[in-house]
Amino acid sequence: MEGFKDKTRVLSPQDIKRVLYRLAHQILEKTPDSNKLALLGIQTRGVFLARRIKAIIKEIEGTDVPLGILDITLYRDDLTAIGPSPLVKETKINFSIDNKVVVLIDDVLFTGRTIRAALDEIMDFGRPQKVELVVLVDRGYRELPIRADFVGKNIPTAQTEHVEVRLEEIDKKDEVVILEKSNK
Amino acid sequence: MWDKKHIIAIKELERRHIEAIFNLARNFKELSQREIKKTPALRGKTVVNLFFENSTRTRTSFELAAKRLSADVLNFSASMSSLSKGESIVDTIKNLESYHPDIIVARVGFSASMRTFMRYTDASIINAGDGANEHPTQALLDMFTVEEAKGTLESLKVLIVGDIRHSRVARSNIFGFQKFSSSIRVCGPTTLVPYEFHKIGVEVFDDLDKALDDVDVIIMLRIQRERQESSFFPSLREYVERFSLTPGRIKKAKKGCLIMHPGPINWDIEISSALKERLHPFILHQAGNGLAVRMAVLYLAGTRRKEL
Repeated sequence: MEGFKDKTRVLSPQDIKRVLYRLAHQILEKTPDSNKLALLGIQTRGVFLARRIKAIIKEIEGTDVPLGILDITLYRDDLTAIGPSPLVKETKINFSIDNKVVVLIDDVLFTGRTIRAALDEIMDFGRPQKVELVVLVDRGYRELPIRADFVGKNIPTAQTEHVEVRLEEIDKKDEVVILEKSNK
Repeated sequence: MWDKKHIIAIKELERRHIEAIFNLARNFKELSQREIKKTPALRGKTVVNLFFENSTRTRTSFELAAKRLSADVLNFSASMSSLSKGESIVDTIKNLESYHPDIIVARVGFSASMRTFMRYTDASIINAGDGANEHPTQALLDMFTVEEAKGTLESLKVLIVGDIRHSRVARSNIFGFQKFSSSIRVCGPTTLVPYEFHKIGVEVFDDLDKALDDVDVIIMLRIQRERQESSFFPSLREYVERFSLTPGRIKKAKKGCLIMHPGPINWDIEISSALKERLHPFILHQAGNGLAVRMAVLYLAGTRRKEL
C-alpha cells in the first residue's frame, strides 16, 4: 500500500492455516448439518478464504458446500461520493440461498460498511434462513452495529494503521501484517 | 480511471474507455439473471430520456437500464411534449435543467447537436443517436457481442451492409472496430455508400458477393424507408436482388461468421426470411446485450467524479 510500510506480522502462513481449520470447525459446530451451509466470499480476498474453508469442510465432512462470490461495489454507501467510478467485479451465486445458512466470509472486519452492503445484496438474492459472518481478522473501529460470528484473530490497531491480509493466491505468500505510515 | 463526463461519440473514446465499459457490462449481465434484477448503485439519481426522434428499442433499453440501477427515470418524447406546442429545443432543455437531472440520454435528428445541449445543462449527456453522426451505445453493444462470441475484437474483417450514408450505427461501428485494428468493409448501392468512405479507411464495395469474401462479422443495417425522402435506389426489388443476405450468399463469408442487425429487421429485405430461424436468436441475444452495455454507460456517468 502506497505511503505505508510493514510494522508487525501478526499471522504467519502456519497461523493462517490453523485459524482456517478452527473457523471451519466452528462453522460446522454451529451448523452440524453441512448440507444446510452455503459459503459466500466477498471480493477479493474473502473469495480465496472461502475457497480454502470449503476445501477444509470437504476434508472434514466430505460434503461439497456451495460457494458463491459476492462483489458489493454496487451496494456501497459511498458510491457517488468517492468517485471515480469504482471497479465492479464479478458476483456469481449459481445456487439458491433460500433457507440456507449463508456463511459470509471476508478478510478484515473494520467499519462494518462492507458487511452492511453485503447483507443488502444477499437479500436481493433470496431469503436465507440465517446469515453468519466469518472474518480472518477483526481490527475494531466499527461504524455500524455489526459483529462477526467467528473471528480468526482480534487485532487491536490504531486507526491510522492498516491491516493487510496477503494470500498465496494473489499475493504469492500467506501472512497478515499491520502497516504504519512511512515517514518518507 | 474513468474521465469522461459525456458519452457523445465512439470517435472520441479511447480503447481503454471501451474496454472499461465492456468489463462492467460483463458483470451487469449477471445482474439480469438474478431473482431481483436491481441494485441501488444510482439511487437518488435522475435520468432523463430525451427523445426528439421516435425510438422504442433504444429508449426502453435505456429506461430499463436506469431502473435496474435504481435511478429515477423521466421519459420525454417530442411528440407528447411542448415541442409540439412550439417550444424550442433549447427552452425544453433549460426547463428540464430546473429538475437537476444527473444524466440526460438524448436522441436528436440533427448531427452534432449534443454540444449545444451541454451548454444548457450540468448533467452528463449520453448520445442515443444524433442524426447521421453517431449512435455510440449501439456500436458498443455490437462490439461487445462480437467480443463475447469471438473472444477478441482484434484483426477481424467486419462488413457493414446497407444505407451507410445515413447510418449513425455504421459510423460508430467503423470508428469502434478500427480502434481494435479490425478492417472494415462497407457495401450497398453507390448512392447509399459513397466512395468517399474510403477516406476514413474502409473498403467500399457495391457487389455484396465480393464484399462477403472471408468476413468474420456482418452487420446488416435496416433500410430506413422513413429517412429517405428521395429514392436512393430504383426499387426495393432491385435492392433485395443485390443486397439481401440469402442462404446462398452467406456461404461466401468465413465459416462461423457472426450476423448482426440493430433491429427492427425487415425480413426479406435486408435478410432473407429463410435465414430467420438460424439468425434471429443471435440478433435477439445482441439486443439483450444492449441492456448490459447501457447499464455500464449509465453507471459510469452516474458515479463520475464531480469535478468532471
